[in-house]
Amino acid sequence: MRVSLFVTCLADQLWPAAAVGAVRVLRRVGCDVQFDERQTCCGQPAFNTGYRPDACALARRLIEIFESSGADAIVSPSGSCTAMLHHYEQLLEDAGWRARARALAERTYELSSFLVNRLGVDDVGASFAGRLTWHDACHGLRDLKIREEPRRLLHHVRGAELVELPPASAETCCGFGGTFSVKYPEISVAILDEKVDAIDRAGVDAVVSGDASCLMQIGGRLSRRRSLVRALHLAEVLASTT
Amino acid sequence: MTFDRDARTALADGQLRGALRHATTLFGERRRAAIAEVPDWEGARDRARAIKDETLLRLDRYLEQFAANAERAGARVHWARDAAEACEIIARIAERRGARTIVKSKSMASEEIHLNAALARRGIEPVETDLGEYIVQLAGETPSHIVAPAIHKTRAQIGALFAEKLGTEPSDDIATLAAAARQALRRRFAEADLGVSGVNFAVAETGTILILENEGNARLTTSLPRTHVALMGIEKVIPRFADLEVFLRLLPRSGTGQALTAYQSLLTGTKRQPADEGPEELHIVLLDNGRSRMLASPVTRQTLACIRCGACLNACPVYRQIGGHAYGSVYPGPIGAVLTPQLLGMGESADLPYASSLCGACRDVCPVKIDIPAVLLHLRAQAVARRGSTGTGTLLERLAFSSYAAVMARPRLFEWVMRWARRLHIVPPLGAWTKWRDLRPLAPRSFRDEWRAGLRDTAGS
Repeated sequence: MRVSLFVTCLADQLWPAAAVGAVRVLRRVGCDVQFDERQTCCGQPAFNTGYRPDACALARRLIEIFESSGADAIVSPSGSCTAMLHHYEQLLEDAGWRARARALAERTYELSSFLVNRLGVDDVGASFAGRLTWHDACHGLRDLKIREEPRRLLHHVRGAELVELPPASAETCCGFGGTFSVKYPEISVAILDEKVDAIDRAGVDAVVSGDASCLMQIGGRLSRRRSLVRALHLAEVLASTT
Repeated sequence: MTFDRDARTALADGQLRGALRHATTLFGERRRAAIAEVPDWEGARDRARAIKDETLLRLDRYLEQFAANAERAGARVHWARDAAEACEIIARIAERRGARTIVKSKSMASEEIHLNAALARRGIEPVETDLGEYIVQLAGETPSHIVAPAIHKTRAQIGALFAEKLGTEPSDDIATLAAAARQALRRRFAEADLGVSGVNFAVAETGTILILENEGNARLTTSLPRTHVALMGIEKVIPRFADLEVFLRLLPRSGTGQALTAYQSLLTGTKRQPADEGPEELHIVLLDNGRSRMLASPVTRQTLACIRCGACLNACPVYRQIGGHAYGSVYPGPIGAVLTPQLLGMGESADLPYASSLCGACRDVCPVKIDIPAVLLHLRAQAVARRGSTGTGTLLERLAFSSYAAVMARPRLFEWVMRWARRLHIVPPLGAWTKWRDLRPLAPRSFRDEWRAGLRDTAGS
């Protein structure tokens, strides 16, 4: 299957290991992975802050880029940016663009959902020694309804033990929220601390999630609190074979 | 707008945060348990929303039908364009009936129009009879939750308040405190000349209003005084009596996690015979106050589907940290953040749509599936479009987004900017981030560097 990687600007610049991991895992399960270097940002920061014309321009741009790829699927190591692409249809006002946005959304997947739901793969042949817990990133969980997919993949990682946070903690927002995290940093960190407390109590080696944005938030606080728990992207764990 | 400052004050209040964490968690757990017993919860949500959508598309017709049927049963219906008109209507009724004391059961609409202050200015004493509202009134505060007005207070704080205001023995025993309130309130019920209530649902085909409650105070308020005034937003109307079934299934479970509230009062008109129970006069005040403006587009219209259960408040990570008062609006939490700017205009509440991480927990628990994040985003776009480029902060933000959009539309410029940021170790001035969190540095090599450096050609590795 021909897959075009939707890397997301955040993974590209700040968490390349997630994107490299995604490429390795996709190739391992037999996909032909392409990457179009013209892609930058999906426009979510502008959309979420209220700058719709800016968001629309970036949306149209990304639609054109992925339309030209001719890939069977567009796959991203981010639930949030994938969800943004799924929102293009409601963002764009022109009927023609809306139809193109819908067509693109139909073949755009978040990594775990692509592996489990589209390819039917639960075991990507990964091994990783350690106790892990999963953080449900909000847009993956609530916009894309991804809940079981990453857990199934992690359960099949050799050497890894998945420890669930209490239900209310795993599914609660980490407090990032894009510009929210700098507009209202005190509230953002108060929400974050509940999450980090729960992670600390779980006695794990790493917290794993499907979004670099949440991982920056959680990891940034773990590091400030001098916690030994690492923040890892799902693709990093799935790519690991040692 | 003082949201930022008030939120910080709330975060520094340990008792408040303890009370909030305890209560919102409990409400959340009870709700989860209560909806697990309903065979087709999703179907019920869809049916309820469809009924609301149907009503809102022909709201004028259903309101007229409701008014005609209510008047046929003996009620008097009043139309209030805004808060001032509604207060004036109610105060006039009170004055005509010579009322000095008014008992009130819980009504967020009465909070919205600031009825208590309006009545007090005319020498009429309003007495809140819902326990939570009573506590809030004794403390000289406003409700911080639309279902549990005193959610921000601990038991010990309420005990101290009662000791001070009612002269009771200090206690933090719930039964003792409730008994003290009941005793004080019975006296007020006996002397009240008029009762003011809210309305949960108004049935167009019968002219009936439904009031849900747990303490029996609404039943007393609506039946003991000679005059009953029911205040309702125009969105409370539903077409048919049979529609109540689905809303009764959804509202108590979503709000308090109860299968049903302890009392459900269905009131149709006034008492028929002198010997019957009930008021001699029933006045129903239909309040617009900005609501009809929301009918204009489907995105904003869905705000009017809200049945005021409060589930979104309990589920909201922001509300759970800061409580209701920091929002500085009568309706707090996610629904308040979308409702208030639409009711009052963006002027004083332009910050509220930003008081959310857009996590979507509110949308998941909403019994009528209001897409609150979508409304928040719509209002944010309005806020940006409306405020122009005045103010330094606004100007800087606008500049930042223009530069961002310009760079992101040009991949080579994007790459050039990021390469130099990496080379010169340029860190964005994010004091708001780095005060509490470490900032992850740019990776030594970006993904696109890795791709070109060989990843592209190493298929199979």
